[in-house]
Amino acid sequence: MDTDSVYTRSELMVAAASRQIADGEVVFVGMRLPLLGFLVAKSLRAPNAVGVYELGIIRDTVASEPILTMGDLPNLYRSQWLADTRDTMSLLQQGLVDVSFIGGAQVDRFGNLNTTLTGSSVNITTRLPGSGGACDLACLAHRHIIIMAHERRRFMPRVDYITSPGYGDGKGWRESVGLIRGGPSAVITTMGIFAFDHETCEMVLTSLHPGVTVEMVQEQTDWPVRISTELSQTPLPTHQELSTLRRFDPNGYWTGK
Amino acid sequence: MTTSKLMDMTDAISRWVVDGCSVAIGANLETAIPFAAGHEIMRQEKRRLTLIGPISDILFDQIIGAGCVQRVQAAWVGNVITGVGYNFRRAVEQGQINVEDHSNLTISMALQAGAMGVSFLPSRTALGSDLFATNPGLKFVTCPFTSQKHAAIAAIVPDVAIVHVQRSDLFGNAHAWGNMGITREACLSSRNVILTAEEIVSTEMITRDPNRILTPGFKVSAVVHAPWGAHPSPMPGYYNRDHAVFLDYQTQSRTPELFASWMNQWVRSISSIHQYAETLGDAYLSRLSITHHDYSEPVDYGY
Repeated sequence: MDTDSVYTRSELMVAAASRQIADGEVVFVGMRLPLLGFLVAKSLRAPNAVGVYELGIIRDTVASEPILTMGDLPNLYRSQWLADTRDTMSLLQQGLVDVSFIGGAQVDRFGNLNTTLTGSSVNITTRLPGSGGACDLACLAHRHIIIMAHERRRFMPRVDYITSPGYGDGKGWRESVGLIRGGPSAVITTMGIFAFDHETCEMVLTSLHPGVTVEMVQEQTDWPVRISTELSQTPLPTHQELSTLRRFDPNGYWTGK
Repeated sequence: MTTSKLMDMTDAISRWVVDGCSVAIGANLETAIPFAAGHEIMRQEKRRLTLIGPISDILFDQIIGAGCVQRVQAAWVGNVITGVGYNFRRAVEQGQINVEDHSNLTISMALQAGAMGVSFLPSRTALGSDLFATNPGLKFVTCPFTSQKHAAIAAIVPDVAIVHVQRSDLFGNAHAWGNMGITREACLSSRNVILTAEEIVSTEMITRDPNRILTPGFKVSAVVHAPWGAHPSPMPGYYNRDHAVFLDYQTQSRTPELFASWMNQWVRSISSIHQYAETLGDAYLSRLSITHHDYSEPVDYGY
């Protein structure tokens, strides 16, 4: 395979995220790394994917110039639709969004995500920015993908606060709370990639990034990690993926390290 | 004959943003954020405000840092390209402000309920989340038709919405374009609307394209001429995002002392948006101006 031996961990994660998008899918694109993941997917293997952005933007083409954030004007330029946030959320609530991407500060083994606060709601240790659109994306997309740094303090048995619901406490939970679809399908971390067991809804390690061992993952995960019987290595980013990614993030703001 | 609502920023904020009131601001999430109006709120040392908004980038963090805020009803408060809002974090951790946690959809629907004159609207979002624990405006409801569980989102009716637009006439008939965020429902639900505008233009120019009008002029209480009034956020049709300001703000807000110094330089020492633009200078601002223009075709509204 045509690969480039020099790449950053973030570039590997963006390339992995881009491979989660199938051609023709409607993608609700979140802040930061997912912005680039969508641009790479759209450029290389999903030319018919459509990007939905919570600001009220829908695009069926890539931004005309590099962007740092979805509100940069090249991301508005010649959009498929400029509209209201509520319009994009309505498409999502109707079930027209196939996949979304979100990040978080804490995640647990059922994929529940916290970006609101640590400690408890009556005794807050650290206040975080909050949901933004993440709660909506986790509730209403057909599937969502979590992208985050893999550290023991972030991968905990139970998150302090559920901002964006995963599978709650296991199978059947989403239905029981009234959620009508969805759930996390993958977690892309700085160490590897997880999927979710269809029976138990628990996170299962399916691939390790180059240079990472199962022991290293376990050390940074505060619950006994389940390992897939088909554990593999995360494919390296291809030369084409890297050159595309660097065209959209030319100064390495998001993926330089 | 309608009378002009044009006034300067000092008068508009002094008259329509009073201590203890609720203010919807920054409703476009990342674009067209009314920074000039926000800075005037800080200069006038308003107190006990409730801030209402979706994401609003760093503006909420700045107004909170100035001590103007008692309560926040928002989906997200921070710095979009760097993450943490340090003033927000400090204020919450020290118990100085209360936060009612929304998502982007629930804050939109709360304002939409206000706009529609109903007390709540149902949604399928947020079910199973802890937003219900930190937002008294979210409850569970059963659909009377399907018996399905929904989130009930209580209406929010702000005392005032502050919105930055491309152009307005003297009476609050204004054109806005670009991504709209939750601006339309914020204007429709609020008791008063302050429009700050890049340009003040004739009524004829506005009414020749009524589909582009943001909200009916009779909803608007004040119109302020504020060129560069959304800087450093991007303003479709006028200027690009000034990323450096957001990057620098991460450092400038890290401690209360650093923030006080930032506020002295960029808020207290400045009297108006016009002086702010002069301080930045033409050479600096011209680098942000749109150079790649892309005009749409006129449309025919004739009969």
